[in-house]
Amino acid sequence: MATNIARLLRDPRVRHSLELALGPALLILIWWLAFTNEWVNKDLLPSPFATLADTATAIVSGDMFHDFNQTLIRVGYSIGIATLLGVPIGIFLGAKESIYRSLEFVIDFFRSTPATAMFPLFLLLFGLGDVAKIAIAAFAAWLVILFNVAYGVMNARQTRMLAARSMGASNLRIFRDVIFFETLPQTFVGLRTAVSIALVVIIVAEMFIGAVDGMGHRIIDAQISYQLTDMYGSILVAGAMGYGLNLALLILEKRIVHWSGR
Amino acid sequence: MSAKMFPIDGPGMEAQTTQVTADATEKPELAQSARHPRQKLITVRGLKKAFGDVVVYDGFDIDLPEGRLISIFGPNGCGKSTLINLISGLMPIDAGEVLYDGRTIKETKISYVFQNYREALFPWLRAIDNIHYPLKVMGLSAKQRAERVERLLADFEVKIDLNAYPYTLSGGQQQTVSILRALVTDPEVLFLDEPFSALDYEMTLFMREQIQKIYLKTKTTTLVVSHDLEEAVQLADKVLLLTRRPTQVAEIVDIDLPWPRTTEITTDARFVDLKRYCLDVFWREVKTR
Repeated sequence: MATNIARLLRDPRVRHSLELALGPALLILIWWLAFTNEWVNKDLLPSPFATLADTATAIVSGDMFHDFNQTLIRVGYSIGIATLLGVPIGIFLGAKESIYRSLEFVIDFFRSTPATAMFPLFLLLFGLGDVAKIAIAAFAAWLVILFNVAYGVMNARQTRMLAARSMGASNLRIFRDVIFFETLPQTFVGLRTAVSIALVVIIVAEMFIGAVDGMGHRIIDAQISYQLTDMYGSILVAGAMGYGLNLALLILEKRIVHWSGR
Repeated sequence: MSAKMFPIDGPGMEAQTTQVTADATEKPELAQSARHPRQKLITVRGLKKAFGDVVVYDGFDIDLPEGRLISIFGPNGCGKSTLINLISGLMPIDAGEVLYDGRTIKETKISYVFQNYREALFPWLRAIDNIHYPLKVMGLSAKQRAERVERLLADFEVKIDLNAYPYTLSGGQQQTVSILRALVTDPEVLFLDEPFSALDYEMTLFMREQIQKIYLKTKTTTLVVSHDLEEAVQLADKVLLLTRRPTQVAEIVDIDLPWPRTTEITTDARFVDLKRYCLDVFWREVKTR
């Protein structure tokens, strides 16, 4: 038995999984120690196992699905809008460097402005519904995508454009066939940042601007109604959503930008 | 910049050739300046190019015969690559005129092979689609493209997996793909900017043979920039030697060695003499000033 375990431990795949599991295991251990030894007031910190069990129940019963799904859909819409508007405009501005330079301050200014500070403005413009939430997340994500794509274009190597031009390609064709692909790696950097920002904005918007569902709404609801395990669990699930989106984009990037770094 | 300006196939080509001949007879001064009265020429007159304060070309004139393999060699920084960038239309000229047998660059089908194949091929396209690309730009249908590419590949017995992405190929294979991409349009003039300088020596020797094969088969006017004198002499009917900046023609040396030029020829007495002669001109130019 002991030799079997020792052999198993020597398997690099098993070792790798163990290494990956170590961090989460440590977190739960510390959480559990804090809970049992009452380092933190018991009214503020539930048991990690109770939290995980309740969260699992909420997921399996489908109770959490609706909130999870609503948040995901809102983030999806924001990123979709931001990408559709950000990539072409970014490519255009990147190509016309003088125009970009004259707009740079405005772009940088609003990119640095906390999107949440603009909630009241967007509420005025779009009302209390989903449109306002999606609009503000899309706006914040759009600026990040725009900025990254424009810089991607400005820093793109010239040789491939020259090559296409020497073949007689029109400007439009060079944009579509060369510059678009040339900037894809930088576009994905923008996309990943944009998704994180959109998720933050959507979660906060769901908490404070008249939402009836979504993970943000669920978290604040659990807090108000003092459902501690639900609150902690929902936070973890929101985290998992952010992590998952980032991972999905990384995998997508690896498949689409297969030439990157080679 | 439109591809429509270029006749694409048989009948169009003939029509253009006859027109050009007629054109040449109308310009006796061109015909007279050539060694053979009917020799077509690339003529450069009053070429001027400066980068900021650095004047690279000022009043540069040259006549180069078409249908020949010409190598360009000169001191570091004299603007060898700049010269072919200018006369190929890749880089705008400040002043002057470049004519290919009386026609402008835009009216001439040119192809360009870059020094850095890694940055010149499209890594998002498979090798075969890279070769197809210039034909796509020309507006050819998928069927016409396939025919052309097939003909080209049959001509040169390419032993590369063309369904692979360029970055999975070796350096020599990638540069071969670049050259095929340049040849697929049947260019009238082919420019190569230090095409082998990023390859290892063994591959360089192999590629020199490939270039000769292409030249001997197609007789396309070919201008090769080289930083290696041996290569410049081996791969040329004429070696164009340049001076320091502002650059002028130091000398155009005829290389009257038989083709094809194997690696063995580089130790041949006549080859060594020609190379030494070019080297003397080169040193004279380097030492002036």
